Amino acid sequence: MQNNTNISEFNTETLELVNRIISRYPEGRQKSAILPVLHIAQSENSGWLSSETMDYVASLLQIQPIEVYEVASFYSMFNLQPVGNCMIEVCQTGPCWLNGAEDILAHFEKRLGIKPGETTADGQFSLKAVECLAACGNAPVIQVGIEYHEKMTTGKADELLEKWQSENKCSHTNPYL
Amino acid sequence: MSLVKVTIDQIEVEVEAGTTILNAARIIGGNIVPPAMCYYSKLEGSGGKCRTCLVKVAQGSAKDPRPMPKLMPSCRTLVQDGMVVQNITSPEVMEARKAITEFLLINHPLDCPVCDQAGECHLQDLSYDHGLADTQTVEDRRTFAPIDIGDKIKLHMNRCILCYRCVMVADQLTDHRVHGVLGRGDHCEISTHILKAVDNDFSGNMIDVCPVGALTDKTFRFKSRVWFTKPFDAHRECTKCIGKVVLWKKGDEILRVTGRKDKYGELEEFICNDCRFEHKEPNDWQIEGPRKIERHSVIGQNHYEKL
Amino acid sequence: MAQQILLKNSDVPGLASFEVYRKLGGYASVEKTLKNFTPDQVTDEVKKSGLKGRGGAGFPAGMKWSFLDKSTSNPRYFVCNFDESEPGTFKDRHIGQLNPHQLIEGMILGSYALGARTSYIYIRGELFYVLRIIEKAIEEAYANGFLGKNILGSGYSLDLYCHPGAGAYICGEETALIESLEGKRGNPRIKPPFPAIVGLYDCPTVVNNVETIANLPWIMNNGAEAYAAIGVGNSKGTKLISACGHINKPGIYEIELGLPVEEFIYSDEYCGGIRNGNKLKAVVAGGSSVPILPAELILKTAKGEPRLMSYESLAEGGFETGTMLGSGGFIVMDETTCIVKNLLTFSRFYHHESCGQCSPCREGTGWMERILHRIENGHGTMKDIDLLVSISKHIEGNTICPLGDAAAWPVASAIRHFRQEFEDHVKLQKCPLSK
Repeated sequence: MQNNTNISEFNTETLELVNRIISRYPEGRQKSAILPVLHIAQSENSGWLSSETMDYVASLLQIQPIEVYEVASFYSMFNLQPVGNCMIEVCQTGPCWLNGAEDILAHFEKRLGIKPGETTADGQFSLKAVECLAACGNAPVIQVGIEYHEKMTTGKADELLEKWQSENKCSHTNPYL
Repeated sequence: MSLVKVTIDQIEVEVEAGTTILNAARIIGGNIVPPAMCYYSKLEGSGGKCRTCLVKVAQGSAKDPRPMPKLMPSCRTLVQDGMVVQNITSPEVMEARKAITEFLLINHPLDCPVCDQAGECHLQDLSYDHGLADTQTVEDRRTFAPIDIGDKIKLHMNRCILCYRCVMVADQLTDHRVHGVLGRGDHCEISTHILKAVDNDFSGNMIDVCPVGALTDKTFRFKSRVWFTKPFDAHRECTKCIGKVVLWKKGDEILRVTGRKDKYGELEEFICNDCRFEHKEPNDWQIEGPRKIERHSVIGQNHYEKL
Repeated sequence: MAQQILLKNSDVPGLASFEVYRKLGGYASVEKTLKNFTPDQVTDEVKKSGLKGRGGAGFPAGMKWSFLDKSTSNPRYFVCNFDESEPGTFKDRHIGQLNPHQLIEGMILGSYALGARTSYIYIRGELFYVLRIIEKAIEEAYANGFLGKNILGSGYSLDLYCHPGAGAYICGEETALIESLEGKRGNPRIKPPFPAIVGLYDCPTVVNNVETIANLPWIMNNGAEAYAAIGVGNSKGTKLISACGHINKPGIYEIELGLPVEEFIYSDEYCGGIRNGNKLKAVVAGGSSVPILPAELILKTAKGEPRLMSYESLAEGGFETGTMLGSGGFIVMDETTCIVKNLLTFSRFYHHESCGQCSPCREGTGWMERILHRIENGHGTMKDIDLLVSISKHIEGNTICPLGDAAAWPVASAIRHFRQEFEDHVKLQKCPLSK
């Protein structure tokens, strides 16, 4: 089952972090904090941004909800639908393609039995084909949470999958902590 | 205010410094005026997006006569003293405009036969003037389901050209904007994200500023082709707006109320939803007389001339 | 060995820590500059050094600084563009990850020159782990008196913060970056006005690339003349080249501008030649957006002169036979590469990254991708090839920001130099190189 519970509110510690981030911008410009705060909110809401989560972010930043929807839907790192516990992002742009990214993606598809954009039935893994991760020298590259895994091979993919399965890997932890 | 001289398609005009090329062209008037699908003089920050008004600046100014290296959006480029602009006299501009028209159409449903905007649609005009006879695309078009945003406005996202005018209306005329542009690239859409009614006294102006049939008046939906209705200037005492409107009548029946638009399709004044949607009885209005509609739409032009 | 300004101490363990960086002479330029230079003198040094913007456009950095509107009483902002996302480019990540203090040192110098009291490093969201490294380094710099109030008793105060993006190549365009930093969608602004006049929070703003900024400490330590003495012609200094693709030694190399391309590709000091002893087919020399060149034109200009790694030499011949140094993202393709498929991945990228604001880019990028997809998969027609050229021509120069050009150039150049390969796809109704 996918975890699609909604956060109600940040805890005190997270709120402190959010307020510290807001204080980096001039008075009245708290909207500037929207991307960092959405990153945090997404990590606290099982890796995706529900309408309720976005409304909460709007209230924290004292802006209209539509302003949050507009921004969240623009940036590719934000998921507006529930995702699996561990999201595997496979780069597919030129330099990674030149070095076999298609094989890596196909391997993950086969191993997980899902296509990019899908989540395994047990809710553990989601697969996403992404564009350039700026690590082309070590292509092919994948990203899981804030980790990069470079010079990927199918063998390495198997090792990682095994590890993630056994540790019940979660890719959406608070990126600041 | 100091005056500057600018030449557009070999016609010289003196305008106030700070005027855009497009507005200078509108002062000259006639067929040298570039089409504008996103610019709207009454909406701050509008323009620059659709690129239909691109022109060639053959001479930057008297002081610096170098030509500008790229075609410039005339709606956002200020005139300089001694500037020389080419619009319809530049083959390069005409080619670009044709291309822009095609870009705007490759994902447009071309559903004019069932679109209430037909007859007063700026994209229809643009295609008539600059479109190709045939399409060069073979792929499926991007599609969205039509939705209601509020009980009076229909959104057909398929027809939208993303001019952002309706977003600016909501930003600049109302307290709380609830709709906006969501998504990115060619997935962009006008939306409220979660089904929310756009509900405020001036939301109806979104219909009037929409250059295409993306936002239409639900109270007029499928009632009549616009060219079968007769426009009359009328007014009423209104506490919310100026109360000056155009009534679109068929016989004695008022099918639709809109604001009054100038020859570039821009509202002279924004009107309130009360006037627009709630007053369709003849005795609601003082009728001033038939409204002369300027040559505008491909379908409309012949008809209105006969009024 | 070429002069090393940016990679010099890369393999020193612990370089990312203040202690190690300081021991190696780090932050000396801040001490020297705050004591001996007025802000305008710093700008003059940077101007004299000939340093050009290393993000891709190659605009002279000192000149960009000199446009800053100093007539207003509004705050001024200095912003680091760490949104590195151009396919083939991965040099800034290297600086941020291994040598964050050199970037911070450069940020202090630039902020001082421009009179900024608050500066931001805008870093792409995918690189959050690098953001954390930089934030830690910033903390150390505060703790040691190089950031914060009254730096080194000079009276100059500066706050420096990191700001994460969230997945949008377009935010590497400086006005989109500013919008994003303001908490909005990354829609580029319509210029003029330029950021130097109306930038972040409507205040005068300069945005510079990571590599550009990381050069500043060396320039202030060694003087503009010393920097300008490196390189060739108007290509002054060193440049990070991130090399990838079908080479034996992909990685990041700091070259003195003017190095022959042939030496860069084949020397063991750099790329070490083509993998498996294969033949070189083509190179995209400055990140995915610059024109692709076939082997014969990347090694030698159309006039038969050796092509050099410099702004001028790579551009020699214009777009007909030349290309651009761009961001230094050097993508090498060997004889097994399908040019059409490689282009398809680029076009998919630009389609995915178009902000959607202006119609030629919003509609044209997707259209090109769809046609290329057809051709690569054996459903294309000869007419499609000309249609691609025509679409690219109609996007180029007609958009709000340079993303339109960046999407158009790869298409136009691939067909210009490899038309036969496109035609073969059409004739065979499949990719001639597919397995």
